[in-house]
Amino acid sequence: MDNTLAAQTAETGHLEHDHPPFLRHHFENLTQQREAATFGMWLFLLTEIMFFGGMFCAYLIYRNWYYPAFVAGSHSLHIWAGTLNTTLLIISSFTMAMGVHAAETRQRKPLLRWMVITMILGFGFLCVKAYEWHDEWVEHHVPGLNFSPEQFITGTKAYPDDKLPLDMAEKTQVYFSLYFAMTGMHALHMIIGISLLAFLFVRARAGAYTNGHIAPIENFGLYWHFVDIVWIFLFPLLYLISRHQ
Amino acid sequence: MDQHQEQHHAHHLHLPHGPSEPTHTEFHVVSPKVYLLVGTALLILTFSTAAISYVDLGVFNAVVALAIACLKMSLVVLFFMHVKYSSRLTKLTVAAGFFTFLVLITMTMTDYISRAWGRW
Amino acid sequence: MSTILTLPDQSTARLPKVSYLNKEYGLKSWLLTGDHKRIAMLYLISITFFFFIGGAMAALIRLELLTPVSDLLAADTYNKVFTAHGIIMVFFFLVPSVPATIGNFLIPIMVGAKDLAFPKINLLSWYLYVVAGIMMICVLTFGGVDTGWTFTTPLSTHYLNTHVVTAGLAVFVAGFSSIFTGLNFIVTIHRMRAPGMTWFRLPLFVWSHYAASILMVLGTPVLAITLVLVVLERTIGIGVFDPTKGGDPLLFQHLFWFYSHPAVYIMILPGMGVISEVISTFSRKRVFGYTAVAFSSVAIAVFGFFVWAHHMFVMGISNYSALVFSLLTMLVAVPSAIKIFNWAATLYKGSITFETPMLYAFGFLGLFTIGGLTGVFLGSLGMDIHLTETYFIVAHFHFVMVGGMLMAYLAGIHFWWPKITGRMYPEGVSRLAAVITFVGFVLTFFPQFILGYLGMPRRYAAYPPEFQVLNVFSSAGASVLGIGYLLPLLYLTWSLKYGKIAGPNPWQATGLEWQIQSPPLTENFAETPIVTHEAYDYEWLANKTKNEVQTVG
Repeated sequence: MDNTLAAQTAETGHLEHDHPPFLRHHFENLTQQREAATFGMWLFLLTEIMFFGGMFCAYLIYRNWYYPAFVAGSHSLHIWAGTLNTTLLIISSFTMAMGVHAAETRQRKPLLRWMVITMILGFGFLCVKAYEWHDEWVEHHVPGLNFSPEQFITGTKAYPDDKLPLDMAEKTQVYFSLYFAMTGMHALHMIIGISLLAFLFVRARAGAYTNGHIAPIENFGLYWHFVDIVWIFLFPLLYLISRHQ
Repeated sequence: MDQHQEQHHAHHLHLPHGPSEPTHTEFHVVSPKVYLLVGTALLILTFSTAAISYVDLGVFNAVVALAIACLKMSLVVLFFMHVKYSSRLTKLTVAAGFFTFLVLITMTMTDYISRAWGRW
Repeated sequence: MSTILTLPDQSTARLPKVSYLNKEYGLKSWLLTGDHKRIAMLYLISITFFFFIGGAMAALIRLELLTPVSDLLAADTYNKVFTAHGIIMVFFFLVPSVPATIGNFLIPIMVGAKDLAFPKINLLSWYLYVVAGIMMICVLTFGGVDTGWTFTTPLSTHYLNTHVVTAGLAVFVAGFSSIFTGLNFIVTIHRMRAPGMTWFRLPLFVWSHYAASILMVLGTPVLAITLVLVVLERTIGIGVFDPTKGGDPLLFQHLFWFYSHPAVYIMILPGMGVISEVISTFSRKRVFGYTAVAFSSVAIAVFGFFVWAHHMFVMGISNYSALVFSLLTMLVAVPSAIKIFNWAATLYKGSITFETPMLYAFGFLGLFTIGGLTGVFLGSLGMDIHLTETYFIVAHFHFVMVGGMLMAYLAGIHFWWPKITGRMYPEGVSRLAAVITFVGFVLTFFPQFILGYLGMPRRYAAYPPEFQVLNVFSSAGASVLGIGYLLPLLYLTWSLKYGKIAGPNPWQATGLEWQIQSPPLTENFAETPIVTHEAYDYEWLANKTKNEVQTVG
């Protein structure tokens, strides 16, 4: 045992690197490091729940105050776009989960493939969103910038009964304020996610996550699933208000 | 001699393992079959919620839509995010997040729902 | 006067050869450090800087209020000054004060770890604070913001041309600094305790920070989204709070105070943690009712989320919800009171000595109790209608925040100064400063209770002449208070070079931080500690010191 003591340096206090290189020295072992990282990511997701929560709170109040305006506003969204986007995100959650599995089973090429597919699906989501937003701009549904409630006074082809009196028609601006705030914040989180995923992809190519160091992929997966969950709620709340009318 | 013994002891001392220790959990690899099943369920639920919105259920449209969304969320949280296989600490953390969100919603509602000027 | 201070023989004592301070040299080693102790020092310098800017704003306020007319500052300028005072003192001083300096330094050591769970995120947290600080300085340089620190809509969204957006974004960034600190603490306390350090052996300082961290993580994001919505409303016209578009300005207040009430507990809980440590050490007695104090800290955090609308009683919320929030406000006072009783019981039959940290702790006990009680008065609906938006509120929160929190902060700085720097501060002048602070504080803020009760509104540059006498007392007190705060800056800096060598445990306190050298090694412990004794176990300490030979250097 004396030799072991001698081998310990005053600075590191342990044998030189008898552990994986990605173990940070303030942790005792890999399990502690992994569990700490996952716990940290969950705490961060809690902050995200409360961050989006404020907007959901506003939505709840105004939907009850201005229900007819919210119905009319919701009808003006493309349900095919919303459904397609939801589908894309759910599949991307599946592919991300498969990516985590590939990292856990140390398969580099499958990990890379799943990551690329996830990125493509996420990017596809953003393209559909961009199309929708462009459409809303053209129809003068962007609050503050070029909003006009005219369409909600005269009614539309798909929903000719969506004729609102002037004061309620003007309240559709509240609906669109929340629509853009919520989908905008969500899209920002998607962009950040895809960028992070691209960075992780580069590192994964070098084999950084198929040698036992799965925490970054696992925890990014948690983030990605969370962004998916936000959309899972945004879809019915924004797109599916009273479609039967 | 004492210092040496202490060091040796420290390297071998572990936190208690197993289900009694709330922060530990056995590392569990979820099988792709489970993911496929959950993913398919999510897609089915998505198309269902879109379809149901075309059926007139009165006030229950919103209830059903939210219920389906909560079910989808639960599937993602439990299986894609591995919470079903996670430690008690993780489960408690997730619960704490939802609880705080619910506090925000319900207690703000106590104001809006009881205002005298009848917007609600 | 007797003292428990035990310093090593100054003729032979030296600072340790290697410590976190001299392990590496150069600006980069500080600006790119992962060492929680160095980051704590970076924070100490930054928040001291902002404290004095906020203090300068306070000086301007009290100077203006010497006379009943708005003669020193125009009304708009006065608005900018008290806004700057509020934003800087709340977000750039009080929120990070104990957690980011003393907490960052001590939490890993107190749990027996080598560092916090995420050192890089800890450093990021400081950089976010600095960026936010720079943004705030830009706001001040380019004309200021006059919304009040509360950014109330629709004033902030529609009726002002000042730098609301930049100020809002500065607070947003500072908020994330706070979130990351809290996140780090929670993970560290849960996952990195040394062998044998069970939850109920932790110092109460750690429990307080744990509770405050929960609030930081869960509450601050709501402030973040609220400020984002205000910025969006000002820039592109998204009208979530705009009454002309159908929005409700009161919704802003709900979302703002959902964070800002827990924020006051974020500010006070770490201070309460300091008080637990100080009172125990200078009574030579374990904290009475450890479990009660620990659970009270968590209870304050949980209940703190249920009471926010007591800031909105007269703003237009429904009477029924006002009743609910008023009742819950009465309840939230209980755990704070439990702690005060437990500290008093700790003092009973203890061997009390009056070193500087203890003087500040006594100040805390008296002043926080008064501040807390007046908070209960304000929680009662009928009283609040009369007292709200008056100087009674101003006095209330200054009693808890300055008489309470700032005194706790100074107690902590003095108590752990020998551990952080290896040197003692000069006891004589420090006791004088503590007394000056206390006297100055009471003279400044007690008249404000009377002013508020008599009806003087807050946030007004001019007031009816019959209030002048009390205002002059208040301003005179403020100058005394300023001296009291300036003195520590001077003698603490002096002590860095000329202070006596302290040794590892000058206070003969329990706690893991007192078992290591002063200043500590970068990795804190030469070997992982194994904890076998309870917190505040003075018998264990007596046995240990009996069997040890103390060498320093």
